[in-house]
Amino acid sequence: MTDEMSTRKINSFQKQKNKQEMQKMVVSFALMIFFTLVAFALVMLEVPSTYVIPIILLLAFVQVSFQFFYFMHLKDKGHEVPSQIIYGGVFITVMVALTFTVITWW
Amino acid sequence: MGMTSAQKRGFGATLWDWLTTVDHKKIGILYLAGGGFFFLLGGLEAVIIRIQLISPENNFISAGLYNEMITMHGTTMIFLAAMPILLGLMNFIMPLQIGARDVAFPFLNSLGFWLFLFGGVLLNLSWFTGAPDAGWTNYAPLSIQSPGHGVDFYIMGLQLSGAGTLMGGINFIVTIVLMRAPGMTYMRMPLFTWTTFVASILILFAFPALTVGLFLMMFDRMFGSAFFDAALGGNAVIWQHLFWIFGHPEVYILILPVFGVFSEVFPTFAKKRLFGYTAMVFATFLIAFLGFMVWAHHMFTVGLGPVANSIFAVATMAIAVPTGIKIFNWLFTLWGGSIKINSAMLWSLAFIPSFTIGGMTGVMLASAVADYQYHDSYFVIGHFHYVIVGGTVFGILAGLHYWWPKMFGKYLHEGLGQISFWTFFVGFHLTFFIQHFLGLMGMPRRYWVFLENQGLDTGNLISSIGAFFMSFGVIVFLINIIYTTIKGKKAPRDAWGSGRTLEWTISSPPVHYNYKQLPLVRGLDPLWIEKMEGNKKMTPAEPVDEIHMPNGSILPLIMTIGFTIASYGFIYQTGNKYWLIAVYAGMAIALISMLTRSLKDDHGHHISKEELERVGD
Ligand code: HEM
Ligand SMILES: [Cu+2]
Repeated sequence: MTDEMSTRKINSFQKQKNKQEMQKMVVSFALMIFFTLVAFALVMLEVPSTYVIPIILLLAFVQVSFQFFYFMHLKDKGHEVPSQIIYGGVFITVMVALTFTVITWW
Repeated sequence: MGMTSAQKRGFGATLWDWLTTVDHKKIGILYLAGGGFFFLLGGLEAVIIRIQLISPENNFISAGLYNEMITMHGTTMIFLAAMPILLGLMNFIMPLQIGARDVAFPFLNSLGFWLFLFGGVLLNLSWFTGAPDAGWTNYAPLSIQSPGHGVDFYIMGLQLSGAGTLMGGINFIVTIVLMRAPGMTYMRMPLFTWTTFVASILILFAFPALTVGLFLMMFDRMFGSAFFDAALGGNAVIWQHLFWIFGHPEVYILILPVFGVFSEVFPTFAKKRLFGYTAMVFATFLIAFLGFMVWAHHMFTVGLGPVANSIFAVATMAIAVPTGIKIFNWLFTLWGGSIKINSAMLWSLAFIPSFTIGGMTGVMLASAVADYQYHDSYFVIGHFHYVIVGGTVFGILAGLHYWWPKMFGKYLHEGLGQISFWTFFVGFHLTFFIQHFLGLMGMPRRYWVFLENQGLDTGNLISSIGAFFMSFGVIVFLINIIYTTIKGKKAPRDAWGSGRTLEWTISSPPVHYNYKQLPLVRGLDPLWIEKMEGNKKMTPAEPVDEIHMPNGSILPLIMTIGFTIASYGFIYQTGNKYWLIAVYAGMAIALISMLTRSLKDDHGHHISKEELERVGD
């Protein structure tokens, strides 16, 4: 409903900003693909798992951050409430994972 | 389109209108009708269970059918009755309360409804070939070993309807974040909107756990994986974890929205503002937050060890605190108010003691040591029926009586309302109070028969008699609906004369664009504020101007039909690979509909200023 109205109001300042935004998106998208390739390469080159697992976890963490902050706009102004909700979800997920880990290995 | 659509039309056109509607009010009514239908079905199953248990060693139904009956009763009531009816109320009322013209994603809203309906229908079609029989909790390895296709129907049916619910939840969150009327800050939102918001967040985070669990179960049963098969290195307890990580938040998804309903009903009929609004909002969040860290209280006897059990026991007991805060706030809202008692109020008043009893037995169960005695006995059945029936069902009925005039423009009949309340209320306590003691005397849950002369005979008889009282109450309520539809008294905008929130400022039932001009909200209880200043109407926040509304679409229904066909394919391809054709065909239908939706521009329609001015108000 609101798209149409907002497109009508777009001015040149907005256009400039949108362009920058788009550049950031494309860069982070390219990086994400690059990370995925790295992860695959590590496994295919049969690097020992002591190295592969932490590296993949790290890459995953960075990718998730890109996902949240760039694609899901958590960094933008006026997105406080959605960010809060997402952080809540992250908290719950981490806690559930932690509980599983503790229950399994303790 | 527009206003003209309200004119008399043929049956075909009306049907088409309902099949393609994206109007949140119509979708709300569809949810209520669908949920109501499944409620009757689940009720019928309950009565059959109680007839089987009316006397010792009864042979009314066979053991196998009994297992199917309890499984379908639980699954139907939770997933297909209680939750959809709540989604119906939220769908209809919440956008009105925040002064919006529709939800944020009307198309998605309709898709969510159809997925729920077809998921439910799919699940129930299993009655013809053998229904699921591993309990509504569907624990592995029982569910993995259950022969036939019953459990497969459970998996696919819940997967479909669960996807629909998830969509509903996301839609409500976005709607509340983005579409509040000018001036409606978060802390001016009515409590029902708040609880809709928080329950939707719970849906967003809880349902994925169910989705994952169902997928793993699907792979195990249909594609030979072994996630839950200990013999092949799997672990059956993982299902229990995933199920309860979803399951406990689910019980709060069921209760929070009705907490919202009561928080609307009490101030309206006590003519007082809600006591402790801020504390209510805070308590709602606290309950939701704690609700995610208590799931293992359903698994005390699994053998997680004393440390895990203690942590989860303490966390569980902590939930009683914010819940208690709420109970006291409602009592203080009533305190000193000029109280008017009618059906909506009766259901709400009856909720307080009934639900409190359920909360108390909850705290008893939360004591891990004691739970070794209570677990899997009728005591647990007593507990959760006190919270779900005494809480959720009472709340739904309160909400229906309260908002019926808004939704349908007519008051439910007061006398009939009171008859159904009293019979149901008495029946409810007859049925479930005694079950606590049956449990303490050692009667296990989910058993097909009990033996004679073990002290269980009278208790079970009383319990079954109570079930008949409840059925009578439900039938009177149905008669009330029919009577009201034909001869009900017409309701004005502010149907109860003491409405406080925005939904009472527009006509009953509302026009399809809800608000001709969006209202300006100047505080909590905006209508009450205007009334106190002697204003007859809300102050508008905008001049009368063209209104933009979304177009209806048949695509959600077609998409859902595609997924349903594919689900059938998945279920039966285990026996015969030709069924894979159904999988591919169904998925193709769904994907093509999605593609159509993405590529075809649909800008909706406009209601012109002239047309709006012609309508008057
Ligand atoms: C003060 C709040 C509550 C506490 C402390 C509590 C505690 C518990 C505990 C410990 C159990 C497990 C008992 C066992 O299996 O041995 C349980 C079961 C259950 N509770 Fe609650 N509960 C509370 C509120 C609620 C609410 C509000 C609902 C739903 C609206 C609910 C629905 C259920 C259901 C459905 C079960 C049984 C699940 C099953 O095994 O089939 N509870 N509760
Ligand atoms: Cu629980």
